[in-house]
Amino acid sequence: MLRDAWLVLRRDLRLEWRTRTTVNQVVPFVLAIVLLFAFALDADSATLVRASAGLFWIAVLFAASMIVQRVASVDQRDGVGDALRMSGIDPAGAYIGRTLALSAQLVVTEAVLGLAIVAFYGIDLRGLGLLAVTGGLATLGIAAVGSIYGPLVAGIEGRETVLPLLFLPVQAPVLLAAARASEVALGRGVGSGWPWAAMLGMLAVIYLGIGVATASTLAEET
Amino acid sequence: MPPAILLRDTVSLLGRYPVLAGLDLRVEDGEIVLLRGPNGAGKTSLLRTCAGLLRVASGTATVLGHDLCVDRRTVRPQIGLLGHATGLYDDLTVLDNLRFWARAVRADRPDAIVDSALDRVALAERLRSVAVARLSSGQRRRVSLAAMIVRRPRLWLLDEPHAGLDAEGRDLLDAMIAEAAASGATVLFASHELDRAVAVASRCVTIAGGVVVADDAA
Repeated sequence: MLRDAWLVLRRDLRLEWRTRTTVNQVVPFVLAIVLLFAFALDADSATLVRASAGLFWIAVLFAASMIVQRVASVDQRDGVGDALRMSGIDPAGAYIGRTLALSAQLVVTEAVLGLAIVAFYGIDLRGLGLLAVTGGLATLGIAAVGSIYGPLVAGIEGRETVLPLLFLPVQAPVLLAAARASEVALGRGVGSGWPWAAMLGMLAVIYLGIGVATASTLAEET
Repeated sequence: MPPAILLRDTVSLLGRYPVLAGLDLRVEDGEIVLLRGPNGAGKTSLLRTCAGLLRVASGTATVLGHDLCVDRRTVRPQIGLLGHATGLYDDLTVLDNLRFWARAVRADRPDAIVDSALDRVALAERLRSVAVARLSSGQRRRVSLAAMIVRRPRLWLLDEPHAGLDAEGRDLLDAMIAEAAASGATVLFASHELDRAVAVASRCVTIAGGVVVADDAA
């Protein structure tokens, strides 16, 4: 399983390296969101600072939806889906590889997005340990769900609208926990952020477990 | 020795719809069998059923000794399927694609096998580092063929394999089919290019309406 995960991870990163989709399309998109919010709330910088954690994670979810859409469509295009089924690659391994590759692309997006928010909104960065743990676990949870839903909707009509409809509501608990933990880390929340981080860890484990358990069934054509 | 393919009263499903209508077929190891029939006869469905890509709803289907109703995933890596689609990642180079598929089937020395496959399909050296999206359809067909042979399949399932190839490519493909059978592999292929296909095949099976209607020596 791990061997196949490594194979698929390398393939997805190579695809990204060749196409630069995340860097050339997804990152500019999330930067535009951040900039537009800055323009819209220019006169109210306190609101902007207060909303920055939630805004960051919403932008990450939109970015994830775009990346998932692209990766899943690549795996269905021009007979590649059949070739994957014929190859004997372990579906659970492929799922883990896809999840890790998606996580890596999200981490790059989050790094650029985070720097942009700090620069445009004038955020003081603190609680870096909690922020890093929150970022890692939330990213894994988001990628774990995206790697389930992406292949699921890749072959259906209207997948561009169906994917966000399925993907975003399931991410509500991740969004809630990630935003709360980030707010605490940035000194604007109340209480400790670690219970929220623990919740993110739990969600990531649950989503990964569901993904591994259902990978074989989802990989099969009817 | 069990036959390479043994289908008895087989009905398979495309989604919820039956696509073979109780088809019987026996193909021995090392045979080259041409499938012919009008459009919609069920040739592609038969090939995809044998590849384990369509679920068998009733009857029995055994391929390379594996019951497709029980373990179709196990037998798939031993089968090479060349369909209408390329089965290649457009954005990856030829070498990236083939190395990925070679490693996926756990080939020993994948780089060497890939080089040998590309030499066999006579793909020019300069095209090997080019993205598949930039190749012509005939060149892509050659790469698909190379992707199939890096798997070293025991059963070749070819759907209109000559389509998109130039005269040299068609001759090359016919030679590869003959070599595969000589080395013990079994070949089942569908083609509308009857003159060329009959010359390669050892047997012709005609299907219509999802059943075999004629079975003759070529």
